[in-house]
Amino acid sequence: MNHEVAIRAEGLTRKFGAFTAVDHISFSVEKGEIFGFLGANGAGKTTAIKMLCGLLQPSGGKASVGGFDIFRQTGQLRRNIGYMSQRFSLYEDLSPYENLRFYGGIYGLPRREIKPKAEAVLKKLGLWEEKDQLVSALPLGWKQKLAFSVASFHEPAIVFLDEPTSGVDPVTRRQFWHMIYEAAHQGTTIFITTHYMEEAEYCKRVSIMVSGRIQALDTPGKLKEQYQVSSMDEVFLKLTR
Amino acid sequence: MKTVLYLVQKEFLQIFRNRFLLPILFIMPFVQLILLSYAANFEIKHLKIHVINQDFSPVSYQLINKIQGSTYFDLSSASLDVSSGYRVMEKDEADLVLRIPPNFEKHLRKDNQTALQLLINAINGTQAGLANAYLNAIINDFNQQLRMESIPSPAGSPLAVVNVEYRNWFNPLLDYKFNIVPGILVTLVTMIGVFLTGLNIVREKEIGTIEQLNVTTMKKHHFILGKLIPFWIIALIDIFIGLSVALFWFEVPFVGSFWLMMLFINLYMIAVLGLGMFISTISHTQQQAMFVSFFLIIIFMLMSGLFTPIENMPYWAQWITRINPIAYAVEFMRMVMLRGSGLPEVAHLIGAVTVFAIASNTLAVWNYRKTAQ
Repeated sequence: MNHEVAIRAEGLTRKFGAFTAVDHISFSVEKGEIFGFLGANGAGKTTAIKMLCGLLQPSGGKASVGGFDIFRQTGQLRRNIGYMSQRFSLYEDLSPYENLRFYGGIYGLPRREIKPKAEAVLKKLGLWEEKDQLVSALPLGWKQKLAFSVASFHEPAIVFLDEPTSGVDPVTRRQFWHMIYEAAHQGTTIFITTHYMEEAEYCKRVSIMVSGRIQALDTPGKLKEQYQVSSMDEVFLKLTR
Repeated sequence: MKTVLYLVQKEFLQIFRNRFLLPILFIMPFVQLILLSYAANFEIKHLKIHVINQDFSPVSYQLINKIQGSTYFDLSSASLDVSSGYRVMEKDEADLVLRIPPNFEKHLRKDNQTALQLLINAINGTQAGLANAYLNAIINDFNQQLRMESIPSPAGSPLAVVNVEYRNWFNPLLDYKFNIVPGILVTLVTMIGVFLTGLNIVREKEIGTIEQLNVTTMKKHHFILGKLIPFWIIALIDIFIGLSVALFWFEVPFVGSFWLMMLFINLYMIAVLGLGMFISTISHTQQQAMFVSFFLIIIFMLMSGLFTPIENMPYWAQWITRINPIAYAVEFMRMVMLRGSGLPEVAHLIGAVTVFAIASNTLAVWNYRKTAQ
């Protein structure tokens, strides 16, 4: 494994009026790593992700994603990232195929490449039979798998996933993580937030955010050792209580 | 630019899948056009007049006959005393009460002068003014008739009379529909355009898809163009259908140049769709966008010169109409369709909508943020 840095944040801060949502967080994520970004609801995870994706202007600090500054190089940054937001972000009144084609087109993929590529994705997802149904008719788990495929359709170097598996059944969640591992294996850096602590165990390293600050950052194994507990659940409870 | 094509394709797919939107786009404007064009009738005819004739002279009956003979007045009732005349007016059963006092003819013959009393129901001020004018015209005419009868003209030389000959240009039969239909058409298409684009981008904000678009490499002006083009095409289709209704149903004449009108209409649609998109970028919810659109559309429509002439408005209000796109469109449609005005006469209107189009779309692009502040 090489040690190129995919994401680096130094003192990244975001304030909303008097409230500091993200308070001087610093960390770095290696290329090809699966990085778990944990924290209770309202800890500032989504705000941090939005800043790293160029969706929200930081109030202070520095950060670079894929080597591009999040303040000044948002154009190049966007070409290199994929983002799956916490809110469901596919077009429900389009079919899975139309969603893939649309985002492929928006990212400027050549027209002749879009069709075979979208078809390959749909077959792999097991959505081939449903490719012309409207997305609104699909079960949540399938929608989430499709959303991940849409976010990575243009083959970004880094993919941000904001609670991609919440509300998804355990079987589909396992399939979802299978997709994540596959992407990471191909060199994609994965930055993921989750509330399921067994999922945290799947990450190479995790950070735990409490009230806008990163309170712990290490591999799941080392964190458990450090807090002398047997599961990530207990680590999380110890830190956030 | 290929990005724009994908945006347009996606927008059309969504529009044609929306069962609620299609009738709004392609049926509602024409139902409104036909309904409003018949209803917004400014001609005042068949006013109810109550006559109190206390004179019973031949001259008084001649006058009443003359009033009844015009299409403007219908003799609805008559009485002998003033108080019953007041009652009729209070019950809103008459628009005018005309009292011919006792000895009307006698004074006329003897003193060469006499008086009539006219009460007008002025709840509707415009109608009252017109009723007064019509009735005065009839009475003047009657006056002249009497004078010619009573003054024996010297043999061989008839009384000198000035006759005014007039002709109504551009609308010889004074058909109000010619005036109102083109104006209603542009107003309706404006409403459709502003509301739909106004709600469209906000809808993407509400369902969350805007974030997914904002992380992509899409350029801001591509996004605005991708939203503009579909509604532009739909507005043009609406204009074509509406024009057909105007020309073939209402038989509004089209004297001017079709291509000149197309030039203006295209610029105009870009201007109002840009306005809708600007509203969309400043609103956070569809409700907000709806209220802002309503606020503007109502002002633009009532101050467009469609219903009341702009020249009659107070000076400050006339200033406001200069930033009112509908006012330019109403004027343009009337000038080109009815009068057949050419480019030199309407160049200032084309210039105004061009400025508006550039301003509204620039504001929309500028105000749309891919990165929240």
